Amino acid sequence: MSTSALSTRGLDKSFGSLVVASDIELDLPPGERYALIGPNGAGKTTLINLITGMLKPDKGQIFLGADEITMLRPEERVKCGLVRTFQINTLFPHLSALEAVTLAVCERRGYAGSWWEKLPAYGDAIEEAYAILLSLRLAASCYRPTRELAYGQQRLLEIALALATKPKVLLLDEPAAGVPQQESAELFSVIAGLSQEIAVLFIEHDMNVVFRFAHRIIVMAAGRILLQGTPKEIAADARVREVYLGRARHG
Amino acid sequence: MTSAAVAEPQRYLETQIRWRPVEIAFWLATLLPFVLTPNYLVLASQIAITALFALSLDLILGYAGIVSLGHAAYFGFGSYTAGLIAKWGWGEPLTGLVIAAAAAGVLGYLTSFIIARFRHLALIMITLGLGLLLAEAANSASWLTGGADGLQGVRMWKLFGVFQFDLYGTTAYTYALAVLFVCFLVARRLINSPFGLALRGIRENAIRMPAIGAPTRAHIRKVYTIAAVMAGVAGALLAQTTETVSLETLSFARSADVLVILILGGAGRLYGGLVGAIIYMVARDQFSGINPQYWYFWIGTLLVAVVIFLPNGVLGGAARLVRLGRSRA
Repeated sequence: MSTSALSTRGLDKSFGSLVVASDIELDLPPGERYALIGPNGAGKTTLINLITGMLKPDKGQIFLGADEITMLRPEERVKCGLVRTFQINTLFPHLSALEAVTLAVCERRGYAGSWWEKLPAYGDAIEEAYAILLSLRLAASCYRPTRELAYGQQRLLEIALALATKPKVLLLDEPAAGVPQQESAELFSVIAGLSQEIAVLFIEHDMNVVFRFAHRIIVMAAGRILLQGTPKEIAADARVREVYLGRARHG
Repeated sequence: MTSAAVAEPQRYLETQIRWRPVEIAFWLATLLPFVLTPNYLVLASQIAITALFALSLDLILGYAGIVSLGHAAYFGFGSYTAGLIAKWGWGEPLTGLVIAAAAAGVLGYLTSFIIARFRHLALIMITLGLGLLLAEAANSASWLTGGADGLQGVRMWKLFGVFQFDLYGTTAYTYALAVLFVCFLVARRLINSPFGLALRGIRENAIRMPAIGAPTRAHIRKVYTIAAVMAGVAGALLAQTTETVSLETLSFARSADVLVILILGGAGRLYGGLVGAIIYMVARDQFSGINPQYWYFWIGTLLVAVVIFLPNGVLGGAARLVRLGRSRA
């Protein structure tokens, strides 16, 4: 277990009689790129909410490295190195991209409680934020308010905010949701180029993208993990075709 | 190349917080009443006090997005503390102000634990409830507060042992304006700090904040306490300059008025509460001169008009005009 960057043991969650997560066992090794797939309502986003602490599991444990984080609050898990992005843009509309990323850096470095020094005095935090924006090709528009950025840029800013927390594990909830196909490939090449020290778990519906970028694929259906395997194994599995690929083809 | 490229974002953030000429003009203009309207210095001191109260609300509402309908609790608490200290024989204004600020801060810190847990409608109800609770407690403890008759027997010593609080309000306005200016400098500093940025983050997206590792509740507790201190200072100023304290300082009407003032002027703009206080208090003075019974009718009209035509308050509208002018030019 200690070799995994992130692992879960027997996670259960239900809303009344609706079971949204059942006996979820997950192991994400450091530096790997895992894809989480499954039809709508399979419980993929719920699983991310459980892992990041936005939902409390009914049962089970979550480990980050060797440390159990099941009882930690969401912001404490971020401090431990577990961070997520959102399927629907969850940004700061009136802050500029630079301010938003600087805020995330300040929170990590412990500057955000300081209310007497001026923000520009924290040059190291600003430099780091700018470097992140530069690496995601957002530097040119980083002075504009977030709400004025193009949609694709806002999706990148989602990732920039997560990177500013210096994560060990990065959970991406449909990072390319709503992005046109050619741009989505570009976005995933950014994700593929992330530091090899970060373990990435991403939810994605586009199978071309999944098969191209994932080292391993986890298939969920009805709140359970149906199976896990290499892209090759998954593509050959009849159950996956039935549950997911088959339905997608008809739809 | 790198050093120039890196300095640029820092420079951008510096220009964001620079003192603008219009700000300096504003503060110079606050000295005009001494020359132009010396008969209205009492009103001017009330405006300065209300402006400080609105500024304290702006810190929590305009920046952190915490809606409060009970902010008068801290104003009134500061007012009664300052009044009682003077009544019990210590009439020195500045130490009285500090003690009242500390008392309001303690109350703010204690209540902030409840405040930080809630948002939106629940928060409005809770702040409203806390405000009513304190107002009723002050009403029933008439042995201490004087109840509906107000606190009598408040005698202030001379400011610095030299300046008497006179009938014309010269000392009162000088004192209130100086305290307002100092508190404004503190608020401005706070807003331009990393903490101020975190507050704007909470206002802009309270869901994202924990997801970037921000201890939202701790931030809210902190700013709420600071705002309570400032509201307490405003209340203490009123007690000291009028040498009386009434239950009205704790009333729902005062909480509602300060909310109206801030929205009128423009929340989240630091100067919104100040400009709002000037417009509201001068309008009340003028309208009640014309028709004392119905002046709320005119305030209501003004409020509806502002919200419809200037959704970001008077200052928001002014900023839009300036932008339009620049883009034409």
